[in-house]
Amino acid sequence: MSATTVPIAVPVAKSVSPTWKRFRDAFRRHPTAIVGAVILLLMLAAALLAPWLGTVDPQAVSPVKRLRPPSELYWFGTDMLGRDVYSRVVYGARVSLLVGLSVALLSTLVGLAIGLVTGYVRALDAVVMRIMDGLMSIPSVLLAIALMALTKASVGNVIAAITISETPRVVRLVRSLVLTLREQPYVEAAIASGTSLPRILTRHLLPNLVAPLLVQGTYVCGSAMITEAILSFIGAGTPPNIPSWGNIMAEGRSMFQLAGYLIVYPGICLSLTVLAVNLLGDGMRDALDPRLARRM
Amino acid sequence: MTAYVVRRLLSTIVVMAVVAFVVFSLLYLTPGDPAAVIAGDIATDDDIRRIHERLGLDDPFLVRFGRWVFALAHGDLGTSIFTNLPVTQLIGQRIEPTLSLTLCTLIIAIAVAVPLGVIAAAKAGTWIDRAVMAFSVLGFSVPVFVIAYGLILTLSVEWDLLPVQGYRSFHEGVWEWLRHLILPSIALGTVYVALITRITRASMLDVLAQDYVRTAEAKGLAPNQVLVGHALKNAAIPIVTIVGVGIALLISGAIVTETVFALPGIGRLTVDAILRRDYPVIQGVILIFSAVYVLVNLAVDLSYVLFDPRVRY
Repeated sequence: MSATTVPIAVPVAKSVSPTWKRFRDAFRRHPTAIVGAVILLLMLAAALLAPWLGTVDPQAVSPVKRLRPPSELYWFGTDMLGRDVYSRVVYGARVSLLVGLSVALLSTLVGLAIGLVTGYVRALDAVVMRIMDGLMSIPSVLLAIALMALTKASVGNVIAAITISETPRVVRLVRSLVLTLREQPYVEAAIASGTSLPRILTRHLLPNLVAPLLVQGTYVCGSAMITEAILSFIGAGTPPNIPSWGNIMAEGRSMFQLAGYLIVYPGICLSLTVLAVNLLGDGMRDALDPRLARRM
Repeated sequence: MTAYVVRRLLSTIVVMAVVAFVVFSLLYLTPGDPAAVIAGDIATDDDIRRIHERLGLDDPFLVRFGRWVFALAHGDLGTSIFTNLPVTQLIGQRIEPTLSLTLCTLIIAIAVAVPLGVIAAAKAGTWIDRAVMAFSVLGFSVPVFVIAYGLILTLSVEWDLLPVQGYRSFHEGVWEWLRHLILPSIALGTVYVALITRITRASMLDVLAQDYVRTAEAKGLAPNQVLVGHALKNAAIPIVTIVGVGIALLISGAIVTETVFALPGIGRLTVDAILRRDYPVIQGVILIFSAVYVLVNLAVDLSYVLFDPRVRY
């Protein structure tokens, strides 16, 4: 558990100990967060070690073995092309986690950059925020669908499309935090003593943004994994030659009454992973805002 | 008050303008030549050039944007490349299932979520509260199509209680219409219920800590009277807000739900349009859905006055 949280908190050298202590206390209060972290680590391990987990080539077609129900030989059964569903599901973890983590990282970084500047430079604020309001008025899955319709299906494009639709919310969060922080006496003091703008942003504002962004990033990760699955499920996401939980389910769509297992196993894995991420996020949120913790 | 309404309306117009610009840019950036698609396989270069001239495809970006907005203002969303029908007509044909599904879900979700949230807040810290919160976390985590298939495989395929897929129009009988909407609404509504429950509980906990609630209890009002008459009424604003914001979840979820349950609605239209790369339809649907979302939230903002007499803008 510690392995997942410590390295992220390290860059904020000065605030490490109290923040870290709060995390530790919150995890103690919320054993579910630890459960989430463990599930997530297991999924990560499965994704990384996929070739060594008793899998065969997830794309290997074998017409004689079509639609075999789950058995000792085919743990999750085989699909209509005779491909081993267990292998496909294990390899599918790679896409979900890659998309979830990349979108979380990218939208946090981009949102942080835009939010910091717009929150601090008043002239930009009105224009940028109207654009963000407009982008947020398009339901995020719909915006991702529209962006995917523009480009060809690839994991990189899925990541880009979901990042664009998730970023405005991060911008909004960062901006609102910056607007509060810039009124703080220590920031005013820094300005009065002639500190340069980049230095104020990086030394005085950034450290206070790390914790809320970590929580937000977790939720973005969960929501990105669901969006990827939705995109793949309706045929606008990960291309069919790469197994992902969404397109395994999409391929099982026409057969689900005969072969429910084509939908059930990837569905359970996806739900479990998103649940793990959300539990981790809830634990972190409680750690960072004890006042909120009692209410949510 | 009037000043607030005017300001809110103006900001809505700005937001819609940005949405229109984004949506138009998406079409402008689409790869391939729409004229070549319209002209078909046997067209000569000359034909394609004529279509270019007729549709003004060689004009500058802003000229085309202006023309598009002008058509939009006259209720023209363009023509589907695939079916050659006006996009407004295509959307009009598909609106009933989508409207039925979303309204049904909205009503069920509010009817379930608000009482759940109130009970969880009233019993804060007990196992009831914890169960409600656990359900809420689950609701956020299990994607709509997983719930949908779970429901179909158990209730429809195993136990044969409800139809597996399909849609019956309202005119074919209310009961049949409703029967075909029950599972889709539950599937679509789960994440929405999770969201509203969470906010209701949080908002109620805030209000229950207020002095006037203690006063109401002290003067001997029945607990339910305090909970609904005093607390819920004052906790309404965040709840109404999240109902409006959550419409985005309903819209996104409807696309998936209609695909799983084979409902011939706007979501199905969208998915078909994506598979056929029918950009004018995709664009029209996004614009309509976004407009609905923006307008619902405008209505929500303006409705605060009804819920809270203290709000005097």
